[in-house]
Amino acid sequence: MSETSAASAARDSSRTVAAGLMAWVWPGLGHLFLARRGKGLVLMGSILALFVMGVLMDSRLQLHLGIEDPLALLFSAAQMGIGAPYVLARLLGYEAGLVTSPTYEYGNTFTAVAGLLNILVLLDALDTARGVRGK
Amino acid sequence: MRSHLLNLVVFSGLVSTVFATLLRETTRERLRFGLMAFAAFVLSTLVIGWLTNPFPR
Repeated sequence: MSETSAASAARDSSRTVAAGLMAWVWPGLGHLFLARRGKGLVLMGSILALFVMGVLMDSRLQLHLGIEDPLALLFSAAQMGIGAPYVLARLLGYEAGLVTSPTYEYGNTFTAVAGLLNILVLLDALDTARGVRGK
Repeated sequence: MRSHLLNLVVFSGLVSTVFATLLRETTRERLRFGLMAFAAFVLSTLVIGWLTNPFPR
């Protein structure tokens, strides 16, 4: 491999890592970094709307890391898939939720699905950075 | 937002938008796929809800 192509491969690799990290930290940011402006803004708006509505519907954002309750661990991991908005919501005091609220289960579904969708967005950003996907 | 139907419509709309944006390339294809996914979400939920109506517990 020539020096030029090695440097190009290293640059492409760091671009892919940066896009993946940005996509996880904030929904749509990875696509914006890759100059997919329209796609990034639509994804950002949709996923953030889903997450914010979930939080406002009294979803619980409890951090669960133990394996004694695998379903709680998976649920927590799904919510954390959205990245910084999850941390931000917890810092703003929304972590407890309200189990007696009529919309509690809806809220949980909204926040977990928002996180899972952001993982799909992250994978799409990685593919786009690698040139596997087009627009 | 305490309306079950409104929750269903909002959830289906947002999830369909993300799927359409990720899985299709052109605006026309995205619109078509998004509307189909939205309809599938809403209609299948209503049908399943109707079928499970005799079994409340």
